[in-house]
Order: sequence, then C-alpha cells, then structure tokens
Amino acid sequence: MRSPVSTAIAMAVGLLVLIGYLLPIGIVGQLRTIILDWAITLAGIAGLVAIFNLAAVHWRKIGDKRNRDYYSIFLILAFWATFLAGVAAKVWGVPSQHDFQRVVTAIQMPIEASLMGVLAISLAYASFRLFQRRKGLMAIIFVISALVFLIILSGLLSFGGSVPVLGSLINLLNLLPVAGARGILLGIALGSLTTGLRILMGTDRPYSG
Amino acid sequence: MNLEHIAGLVLVLASVVLLIVLSLPRKTRRGRDLRDIPGFRRLRRSIGLSVEEGSRLHISLGKSSPVNANGAASLAALAALERVARMNSLSDRPPIATSGDGSLAILSQDTLKAAYRLANALELYDPDRGRLGGATPISYIAGALPITSTEHVGTHLLVGSFGPEIALITEAAERRGALSLAATDSLPAQAALYATASEPLIGEELFAVSAYLQAGPAHTASLRVQDVLRLVAVGALILGALLKLVGVL
Repeated sequence: MRSPVSTAIAMAVGLLVLIGYLLPIGIVGQLRTIILDWAITLAGIAGLVAIFNLAAVHWRKIGDKRNRDYYSIFLILAFWATFLAGVAAKVWGVPSQHDFQRVVTAIQMPIEASLMGVLAISLAYASFRLFQRRKGLMAIIFVISALVFLIILSGLLSFGGSVPVLGSLINLLNLLPVAGARGILLGIALGSLTTGLRILMGTDRPYSG
Repeated sequence: MNLEHIAGLVLVLASVVLLIVLSLPRKTRRGRDLRDIPGFRRLRRSIGLSVEEGSRLHISLGKSSPVNANGAASLAALAALERVARMNSLSDRPPIATSGDGSLAILSQDTLKAAYRLANALELYDPDRGRLGGATPISYIAGALPITSTEHVGTHLLVGSFGPEIALITEAAERRGALSLAATDSLPAQAALYATASEPLIGEELFAVSAYLQAGPAHTASLRVQDVLRLVAVGALILGALLKLVGVL
C-alpha cells in the first residue's frame, strides 16, 4: 500500500494547477504560477542530484573488482574538472565564464557531431537492411516515401513549380506528410490527456510515496 | 474565460467521466479487450525468458522532464517501468532504467523502489539501477550505449521522448541480438526507429505499453477513452471540412 498522504498531495497539487490553467481567475491562477515555479526549481535541484548520482555510480564502477570499468575514470575526472572550473568561473571569475563556456563547447560540439555522423551512417545502413528486418506493404511504402521525399527535398525538382501538372503533384505530395503527422500528433495528444488524468485520479503514481 | 478554456474544461470533464465509467468491471471475454500488437507479445515472452536466461531488461525513459510539454511520454514510460520492474524484480539480473533528465532519473529510482516494495522484495532494491545517462540528448545516448554491451541486456524497452539519435541504441541492440521495442512521441525519432528497432510502435501506441503489460483496468480504460475521443475528433474534422465546403466556415 502506498502512502495515501503523498497521493493526496500529488492529486491536490495537480488539480490546483489544472484548475488554475482552465479557470485562471483570482487566487487559483496565482497559486498555479507559484506551484509551477516550485516545480521548475525542484526539477533543477533534481538535475544536480541526478548528476552527482551518475558520478557516484561511475565511482563505484571504478572500485568494482569483478567488472572494473576504466572508462569511468575519465568520466569522473572530466566531471570534477568541469564542475570545479564552472564553480571557479562563477565565484572568482577565473577562468572567465566566456572562456569556460568556449572550452566546454569546443570539446562537446565535435564529439556530438561525430556521434551524429555515426548516426547518419547507421541509419543509411539500417535502411538498406530494412527489407531483411521488416517484410510487407508498410516497409515498401516507407522506403518509397523516403526516396520520393529525398528527391523532392533535394531540390532536383525545383523547376517543377512552373510546370502545371508537376507543380500541383509536388504540392499534393508535400501535403501528405503534414496530414499524417497531424494524425499521429492528435493520437499522442489524446494519450497525453488520459495519462495526465490517470495521475490526477491517483490510479497511476510515478512516485513511491 | 475564453473559448479555449471552456473547450479544455469540457474535454477534461468528459474524459474523466469516460475514464471512470469505462474502468468499471464489465462482462467481456478475456483477451478480447485489446487488439493484438505483435511487439507486445514478443515483449511479454522476452520478459519471461529473461528470468530463465539470466539476461537483463533495459528500460530507457527518454530525455524529457515530467514538467515539460513532452512530460506525458515520460509519465507513460514510468508506468511501463513500474510494471516491468514488478514482473522482473526477482530476476538474478534485475532491470536497469536510464533517463536523460535529472528529475526523471530520480522518479525512476522512486518507481523502482515502489515496484520492489509492492513485490515484497525491498531488500533487493538497488538505487543504481535507475540512473541518469547524460544531461543532454547526445550525452544521454553516449551514457546509455555501454549498457547494451556490458550489462548482459537481452531486451531494450525504449519508451519516452527521444530524438532520432535513439537509433544508435537500437542499432547496438540489434548487433548484440537483443530485442528492442521502441515507442516515442517524436515524429523524426519514430521514422528512425521504424528502420532500426526490432518492434517499433507508432503514434499513440506509446501510451498503450502499460495497458498491454496488464497494469490494471484504468490503463485499459484510458485506451478506450482515447478511442472514443479519437472518433469525436474525426467527426469534428469531417464536420468542419463539410461546413467549409458549403461556405458556412
């Protein structure tokens, strides 16, 4: 049995925020703003706690005699170097915040760009193997539509706008993904609504209580 | 109060009433409530097999904070995590949850703790099993990738808000021969997952994961509420189009 107190607090706060959004009048609207400000502050603190937890997990991995992970040493060193330099930049101004940000970005951006490069190759490879993994009409439609939109978006058919029938056909094709996306997003919005309501009603509790 | 607020209030109240009514017990044949989705069949079998084979389940909860606009996907992921953790809590290799947001990581630890307590196995709970992969989308993927190769993972359940970079995890899972069932609210990520995941879920199927893992009548009822609301939306769209056609709108 979970704590009824936690559940009651979560439901009451959730209802207050919802009522504050739908009926933004008087004290309810102000309460909603205050609660959301608290939520944002708490989320920030939670982020810091989780980052320290991540560092602690990797610290334990270094000390694990059976499955020692040597890469964790680099994570711990990079974490403390960045953390201490960030604190020093904020408190003492040495290094300056601009320099600190520039160094962090100079390391982070190439690494992220490399991973995106790997992702591009992985996706190209996966699309070649798609028919091995997935057979049926949907896979054929997926590949044909991917090829059609690659051609359209590459600009190869940019002259088509002035050709009467081709121009209309390209416009029609460009509308298809918009319609499909709206359908999918509508379903996701309805799913979001019912998920939120389950939490407000206390049937779903993503907390231990 | 404007029209948007009134419409929102009506939608929420109607959904609450429907959710309560459809949660009530009714005479139906077992197993006929939900349509068959092969991915969920494979997932349930894989959860059972993981206990026998001594492999682990990895649940990736995405990168969106529950207080963001994409928070619903994270909440759906937490519901799935609790269900999977309860089904798998007594395994030799208990499930691991990774997330790309601090508050989501803490909630995942809390959800795991609740699942172990409900399974009367709180002494087996290890907070390190719910961890932050990284604080940015790419660092999250970089932090979660080693799990595919070092933690004996046999099944990856990727539910939540992701970018297309999630395909790096599904590709790594594929190379290791692990099952990956993936559902997300992001359209570019859905396209990437369709090409790379063993079992991709499309659109609102993301919110059906917990219902298909038999989390309870409220979860099944919420799927039925979605169906009713979808029919209403379709009707409204057709009506709007007809009114536009005859020049009323």
